[in-house]
Formats: sequence, structure tokens, C-alpha cells
Amino acid sequence: MIAVKDRKIALANIGVAYAAFLIGTLAGLLQVFIRNDALQLPAWLDYYQILTAHGVLLALIFTTFFIFAFFTTGMSKSIGTFGPKVRLYSWVGFWVTLFGTVMATVMIVSGKASVLYTFYAPLKASGWFYVGLALFIIGTWISSFALIGHYMAWRRKNKGHLSPLFAFMTITTIVMWLIACLGVVATVLFQYIPWAFGWTDTINVELSRSLFWYFGHPLVYFWLLPAYMAWYLIVPKLLGVKVFSDSLARLSFVLFILFSIPVGFHHQLTEPGISNFWKFLQVVLTFMVIVPSLMTAFTMFANFEISGRKKGAVGLFGWFRMLPWKDVRFTSIFIAMAFFIPGGAGGIINASFQLNEVVHNTLWIVGHFHITVGTPVAMTFMGLTFWLIPYLTGRQFTKSMQRLGFVQIITWTIGMLLMSTSQHILGLLGAPRRTAYAGYNNHPSALEWFDGILTSHVTMAVGGSILFLSAMILMYIVIMTMFLSPKAERPEDFVEFPLAESDKEHTPKFLENWAIWVGIAFALIFIAYAIPIGDMIQNAPPGSKGFITW
Amino acid sequence: MHLHKYEKIWLVFGIASLIVFLSVVGVSAFSHDHTPSGGMDTIDPEKVNETAPFDNPGVSQLDDDTYQVTIVAMAFGYNAPEMKVPAGKEIIFKVTSTDVVHSFTIDNTKVNMMVVPGQITTKSYTFEKPGKYLILCNEYCGTGHHMMSSEIEVY
Ligand code: HEM
Ligand SMILES: [Cu+2]
Ligand SMILES: [Cu+2]
Repeated sequence: MIAVKDRKIALANIGVAYAAFLIGTLAGLLQVFIRNDALQLPAWLDYYQILTAHGVLLALIFTTFFIFAFFTTGMSKSIGTFGPKVRLYSWVGFWVTLFGTVMATVMIVSGKASVLYTFYAPLKASGWFYVGLALFIIGTWISSFALIGHYMAWRRKNKGHLSPLFAFMTITTIVMWLIACLGVVATVLFQYIPWAFGWTDTINVELSRSLFWYFGHPLVYFWLLPAYMAWYLIVPKLLGVKVFSDSLARLSFVLFILFSIPVGFHHQLTEPGISNFWKFLQVVLTFMVIVPSLMTAFTMFANFEISGRKKGAVGLFGWFRMLPWKDVRFTSIFIAMAFFIPGGAGGIINASFQLNEVVHNTLWIVGHFHITVGTPVAMTFMGLTFWLIPYLTGRQFTKSMQRLGFVQIITWTIGMLLMSTSQHILGLLGAPRRTAYAGYNNHPSALEWFDGILTSHVTMAVGGSILFLSAMILMYIVIMTMFLSPKAERPEDFVEFPLAESDKEHTPKFLENWAIWVGIAFALIFIAYAIPIGDMIQNAPPGSKGFITW
Repeated sequence: MHLHKYEKIWLVFGIASLIVFLSVVGVSAFSHDHTPSGGMDTIDPEKVNETAPFDNPGVSQLDDDTYQVTIVAMAFGYNAPEMKVPAGKEIIFKVTSTDVVHSFTIDNTKVNMMVVPGQITTKSYTFEKPGKYLILCNEYCGTGHHMMSSEIEVY
């Protein structure tokens, strides 16, 4: 059990994460009904306001706060109780992040920032929305530096030793996050804020988009790496095995730093202002993440098989039945992994240069990120929630909560299968994303989209409703384990932090030499971005004034 | 660092497929000109209506086999009178925006162009089948985004 003071930090973060989850999923439910014309909004509420809230609250707020809760708990557990400074800065970081969140949310709710979570210029939100975003990022930096300080103190005390795997992976994720945020901080501080407050008249639109996506793609890996940490470190413990290979795990994580950043152009493949050469170069770099992804997949199957064989499984696939299916902490994450197989395959299609134009900005993309961040990441976080909250509150995770947990993950699975399948197909047929109900004056092509059984309005609405139901069950579990479940008193009632052992005897030391990895990361970023970004600045067209079109 | 034998096989196989795949994509892109829409030309977003070719939007014939369609996108519509083009000929679309970012997307085709103020997006496409094609905007541009559409007739 970690120190009470550290637990409070983690619990505060989880609390905010699930508050965002509650409002965000409610917005999701409204979206599916508005999209099929079953719901008319009152005049003071607009579809795009709701969609902005959904994207910001789930993709940015829920994920980030949850991730810091997980990091805080795991760092305290694996390298020791926080010192007073680390604790202080963790709280400062938490409050600044929360303050920024509230500021941005107030602007969205009051209709002054219906710019969606990508806030593309020259849509011009209230300046305070961008200030809120900046504070959000700065807050996460403060929390990040608190954890880095804690890690450095450990390394000073343990000279010549590799850090525990949890700490290593946390720091890898944080390093990637810090480098990635440079792009969004640059555009928000130097482009959006001066422009939104009227200190400059115009904005360089293409530059702002490129800086956003320099951040936008690694953002995806900021969600994914903590989920991978659960796959590498928590799952083996639930299976009763050790980490398959400490060095491989570390290598795959540093490769993610290298290849998740210099690739943002793959979100801009169909737009002007970037030459085909640079687009294609970044496409090639994008595909490099397949290497650490294959390593991760191999490790997962190795864990399953070793664990199954230990329990006496025979035959090629005998291990499958031996997996701990009755343990909701495991089954949830297993389903999350399974969703990532089609999710990753879809990603390959999206990033494939000329194939991108078939799917870009269609509902396919919406289907895609609901089976990457919306399920593999979110359901891994759910699987962590089942033990993380009771572990932190010292309450029991009762049998009835276990059962409810199963109902929750199964409903999420069914809802997501329905909703995302229909979105994928609709997207291939050409239906656009980010749209309120659009009949396009009953144009025959638009009517055709919704003709199929899987693509009918009903499927998406049923899927969305089941998902929302599942989200509410999860909220019930969260509130129970947070405040109401019986306190654990007997030792066997306490919930553990299932952290697998990792054998680092044969791990080469250079894997924890940050100078190497950060150096290569910046070199790759320089190669991929210096010339095209320089070109955008030097050959910029006259800038754009702001527009408020909502 | 120790790698399991099967893992080596798995990684070598994976990386080899990756190289083959990227080569196919690259060769098809650059030697057969299968590139997505784009272009490096810029324009003053406040002077679109005075700048050629956007001062005279619509269809124009460049030579026997090539037509150009010039379109000005704005919240929430497209300015390009009477879009009618022949099937089987190369059509070059040129689009820009006078306000925010939009898209120019023709349903059932591979024409899916981001339209960014200050930039001119170009795409060449040859329609195979005649018919009336739905044009729509698939990049969020404001309250009327889902109404932003038009039609092109291919004869
Ligand atoms: C109750 C569960 C959920 C439902 C019913 C739902 C529904 C939807 C729908 C219908 C859209 C598309 C709207 C459009 O393009 O017009 C959407 C967009 C989106 N969803 Fe969800 N969703 C759910 C959960 C999640 C989760 C858990 C995440 C991530 C953690 C997520 C992330 C997103 C993002 C990032 C967008 C894109 C927003 C944008 O285009 O600006 N959703 N969701
Ligand atoms: Cu990406
Ligand atoms: Cu639009």
C-alpha cells in the first residue's frame, strides 16, 4: 500500500477523469440521436458545441487525468513514496491542469468555442479558450516534472542501476509528451492567443495546422503508451508470469518515442502547402511504429502461452482456455487488445498516402478512433479502474462489483461493435464525419448510405445507447469503490496493485541513456519538419483574419 | 540483447513486408502519379474574387482532353456556376476558400480535397460514369457545415 498522501493525488486525478467521462459520454449519446434526426436541440444548444465537449472531455481530459493517476500510483509503488517537493509540484500541476480544463469547458459550454477539439484556425474561439488549453498543457508539464524529479532522485540513490520497468516506461511516456507538446504550445502561445485577443490581425493557417498535428499524432501515443504499460506490466501479473523480456519492453518503448513524433503530416495528406515528398517521407516514418507494435504483439502472445503452459495447457492453442477469464481485470484488457487488431489495421489504411483520400474525414475515421482510443485505451483504463480505485481507497472490490464489471465491459463491447462497424461502413460509402443531421436535400447518394442493415440509423443509435448504458454502469462502480463499498479489514479483502516482476539482469544499460534517445528523436524531427515548416513560414500567403461561423 | 528465435522470425518477416508495402505505395505514388490532392500555390484569402482563376469560377476547357473546374468555397457553399463536365476526360479541380477551412469532396469518387484559406488545392480526376454527383464539405466549418453541399453533372 502506498503512502496516504500519494494516494490522495491519484484519487483527485481519477475523480476529475471520471467527471469528464460522465459528461463526455452523455454528449456522445446526444450525438448519435441528433445525427439521425431523432432529437432536436433547443435553440441555445448546438450540435457542434456538444461535439466539441465530447472530443475535449474524452480524448483530452479523461485520458490525461487518468494517466496521471496511474503514473502517480505506480511511481510511488515502484520507486518509493514522494518527497515533499514532488508532492507539492504534483498538486500544483493537478490544480493548474484542472483550472485550464474548467476554463476551456466554460468557454465551450457558453458557446464561445465551438471549434472542436482540433480548434483549426481561422475559426476563432474566445481567447480564454486558448488560454485554458495552454494552462492545461502547462499543468501537465508541472506534474510531469514532478515525476521526473522523483525519478532522478531515485537514480542518484541507485547509481549504475536500471530503474524499475514501471518508472522507465512512465518517464518514456512523459519525455514523449514533453517533446510533443512543444508544437501545440508554440502555436497556441505565439499564433492563437495573440490573434484571438486582437494583438495580431491575421494567422498563418497552414503553419498552425502543421504545428497542431506535430502534437496531434504523438497525443495518440500519449494515450496508448500507458495502456501498453498495463499490457506489459499488469497483465503478466494477472497471468502469473514475469515480464517476458525486460530489454525488449524497454526497446519497444524508446522506439515509440522516436517514431511517434516526426509523422504528423499523415493527418494532412489531402491538403495543400506541403509537397508530396515531405508527405511521403512522413508516411514512411509513420510505418516504422509497426516494428515496436510487432514486438508488443509478440510479447502479449508469449505471455499468454507461457502462462497457459504453466497451468498445463497442451496443443497449439490449448493455452487459450487456461487464461483467467473469470478475472474482470484480465478479461477487460484482453478485449481491449482484441479491438486493437482491427484498430491497428485500419490505421495502416489511413496512413497509406493515396488510400487516405478514400477515408479522410469520413465516418470511417470516427469508427477508427472509437476502436483505438475509444476501446483499446478506454477499456484498458476501465480494467485498471477496477483495482486502482479500491487499491487507493482501501475499500473492497466485492463479488457483486466483479459481476457488474463484466456486465459493463460486455455491454461496451457490444455497443462499440455496433456503432463502430456502422461508422466504418458508412465512411467507406462516403458519409462525412463531424456533421449534425444532414440529408443533403435528400440527394439519392446521401439516402443510399443509410440503406444497409448495418448502416441504418437504427444500428448506430442502438450501439450508442448501449454504450451510454455501459458508461453509466461504470460510473456506478467508480462511485461505489470510491465512496461507498465496505472498507477492507481482513488482509485478504485488500485489493493489490498487480505489478509483474521484471528481470533486468541482461538488459543493456544504453536503453536508459536518455541523451541517445532524445538526441535521435530531435534529429528525426529536424529531418522530417525543418524544411517544410521553414517553407510554410517563408513562403506564407497573407494570413487569415478570424471567423466565428457558429 | 537476447531475442527469442520465433521473435526474430516474426520481426524479420514483419519488417520485410513493411518494406515491400512501402515500395508499392511509393512507386505507385510517384511513377504513376497517384498522389493525393495538394499543391504549393498560394493566394491572398481576402482577394480571392479578384485573383485569377478564381475571379471567374466554373468550368473551362484547357485543351481537347483537359478541363479545369475552379471553385471558391465559403461558409456554407461553393461558388462555381453550372458544374458540368464530360466523362472520360481529365478534369483538374482548383479550389480555395475565402474564409475558414473546408473540404471539396465528391461522393463516390476519389476527389477529397482539403480547402485551406491562403492556399490553392489541386486535384486531377477522370470520371468514368456519367451522372449527378453529390459534392459536400467534410471539414467542420461552422453551424451550417452539414448543409454545405452542391452537385456536379458528368455527361
Ligand atoms: C458512450 C460512448 C460514446 C458514444 C456514444 C460516442 C459517439 C460518438 C459519435 C457519434 C461521434 C461522431 C460525431 C461526428 O463526427 O459527427 C464521436 C466522435 C468522437 N468521439 Fe466518441 N463516443 C463515445 C465514447 C468515446 C470515447 C470513450 C472516446 C475517447 C476516449 C471518444 C472519442 C471521440 C472523439 C475524439 C471524437 C471526435 C470528435 C471530433 O470529431 O471533433 N468517444 N463519438
Ligand atoms: Cu496520426
Ligand atoms: Cu464544412
